[in-house]
Amino acid sequence: MIVWFAIVQIAIAVLGGLLCLVLGLAGRKPNDYSLGSAALVEVLLLAQLVIALIAPAVGNRAIGSVPEFYIYQVAALIMVPLAVFWALVQRDRWSTVVVGVANLAIAVMLFRMYQIWVLGIA
Amino acid sequence: MMATQNRTTGVGRVLVVVYGILAVAATGRSVFQIIDRFGLAPVAFILSAVSAIVYIVATVALVAPGIVWYRVALATISFELLGVLVVGTITVVAPDLIGVHSNDAFGTTATVWSSYGLGYLLVPLVLPVLGLVYLRSRGRAAAQVA
Repeated sequence: MIVWFAIVQIAIAVLGGLLCLVLGLAGRKPNDYSLGSAALVEVLLLAQLVIALIAPAVGNRAIGSVPEFYIYQVAALIMVPLAVFWALVQRDRWSTVVVGVANLAIAVMLFRMYQIWVLGIA
Repeated sequence: MMATQNRTTGVGRVLVVVYGILAVAATGRSVFQIIDRFGLAPVAFILSAVSAIVYIVATVALVAPGIVWYRVALATISFELLGVLVVGTITVVAPDLIGVHSNDAFGTTATVWSSYGLGYLLVPLVLPVLGLVYLRSRGRAAAQVA
């Protein structure tokens, strides 16, 4: 795991999440900004997966449990599309809030992944 | 109003998402704990698995239409509230009772309900209350339609 990348990724997920919560509670339906934030979070998750796959080969090994790390990684990758799908079943302000909640959950999961890989906390 | 009566609409959909995320989190954690270190605290990890199953059933019950699923939702969400209060209290007051030796909500033997769900930002404590409030309002709306 590349620490600065993980920090940027967590920051974007938090900011995207807060943006969606604000937009949603202000009554906005899903738009390019809210859905774009989810798309960006998903692309960064894919990048994180590639980094995690390559990192051990260049001497960047996880201190904690590798399987636990990948449980979070895979669950996060699946969670974003599921949340967006669930949000768009019915397009209203709550759709935007749903996307925001998912972004924030991803931020928490990324923080756990950072704890596992870098700090070795179970 | 018939169309919306049995469907999860509005703020209920946010509730469903939070339930879904908690279901995934509890399932992931308990499956990993049981595979990785079941012997360390079997009672706590079984509680973890039970809570995971209850969250999954509650999530499905909130989405599924009809009076039966409504009752299932009511039962599972009430059970969650009971679970988080009982297990939360045990882990704080007497963790040895369920075979864990610390109330650290972030530790290796932590469950979703340890220290009232502190490891999950107290979401497990707040969520069943919101769930019951939501179910009550939905039940009232359905009664008005009928």
